[in-house]
Amino acid sequence: MIQLFLRDVGLSVRSGGGFGLALIFFLIVVTLIPFALGPDQSALAVIAPGVLWLGALLACLLSLDRIFGLDFEDGTLDLLATSPLPLEAVYVAKASAHWLTTGLPLSLAAPVLGVLLNLDYETGKILCLSLLLGTPALSLIGAFGASLTLGVKRGGLLLSLLVLPLYVPSLIFGSQAVRLVGQGLEFDVALILLSAISLGAAAILPFASGAALRINLR
Amino acid sequence: MLQVSNLSVARGGMTLLCGVDFSLSAGQVLVLRGANGLGKTTLLRCISGLQDSVEGQITAPETVAYSGHADGLKGQMTVLENLVFWASIYHGPSPNVALDAYNLHRLADRPAANLSAGQKRRLGLARLQVSGCALWVMDEPTVSLDVHNVALFRAALNQHVQSGGAAVITTHIDLEHASARVLDLTRFKARGVASSSAFEEALE
Repeated sequence: MIQLFLRDVGLSVRSGGGFGLALIFFLIVVTLIPFALGPDQSALAVIAPGVLWLGALLACLLSLDRIFGLDFEDGTLDLLATSPLPLEAVYVAKASAHWLTTGLPLSLAAPVLGVLLNLDYETGKILCLSLLLGTPALSLIGAFGASLTLGVKRGGLLLSLLVLPLYVPSLIFGSQAVRLVGQGLEFDVALILLSAISLGAAAILPFASGAALRINLR
Repeated sequence: MLQVSNLSVARGGMTLLCGVDFSLSAGQVLVLRGANGLGKTTLLRCISGLQDSVEGQITAPETVAYSGHADGLKGQMTVLENLVFWASIYHGPSPNVALDAYNLHRLADRPAANLSAGQKRRLGLARLQVSGCALWVMDEPTVSLDVHNVALFRAALNQHVQSGGAAVITTHIDLEHASARVLDLTRFKARGVASSSAFEEALE
């Protein structure tokens, strides 16, 4: 399982792996927002948490179909399914690799890009923390969606439709936590709920995804 | 090692083969023959556990080394990296023996994307050796191999069988293997029996 994880991380960093794709998309969204809304600094600070969370979420969505799609196309997934590794472990390895190559860089880049949206240092710290707690859920739910839509040619649309509603709770609690910090209020509950979504996804989805993969490989 | 009794297999809701019976013990090679579309690949996928059978019993080892139409190679990784990866997944032997068997040492540091079709197939077959599995299930293993490389494959198969392994192979060429039995699947062909829909299968 660790070897599969390392292989996926290695492949995504190598050419054609799409490691930078999510990060560049995030950068583009966040830099274009001030141009679109005008240079009103107080207005930017108000929308910054929502924009940064939304940008990270959409950036995460971009690379979802690659999680299983590439391995399905070249036959690797068939071979993994017949190997001693259970498909649940394949899912965990691939979702973790996806998080390490998209969720983690996005979380670390968000407070830096937040400067463009007039986000102050303290709020930026909580933004980074909320993304670190919330993006695992995005990768886990996304990889589950990818395993459901496996084998659907150009299944990107279906995947987005399936996954986006499931992303909504993470988006609500994540951006709420950051907003509350900006207003100087307690934000613990939002962060706890955010972590709960990630942990719940990590507990349940490996089994759901394993079953979905098994059906789709038939 | 492998026992198949009264097996029916279906693909896309169509039962293709029914009443398939055969058994295979260590040291044997079974060659499955039949026309295109008869259900050879579907039968092999059932044996490897990728697909459920409609009815009947399969007794197979827990893990088998399956080799399908696609080789499952990563183009960005070198030949050696591909083999090392699969060896680690199967906890199999070191890739050196497999590199020897298919004459891949010279190519070891080449990215798999730069290989020719025949070279990719050799790498795909070498993967079976690093799996360390006793039962090889191979779907058209000799596609795109030249005469010389078919000989390499035959030698590797001999070696595997002599060390107590077994193999089920579908192929259209003559393998000229001493311990190979040929099973023509044509007589198991199902006659237009529609199986339950995929949805019902999923509910079961």
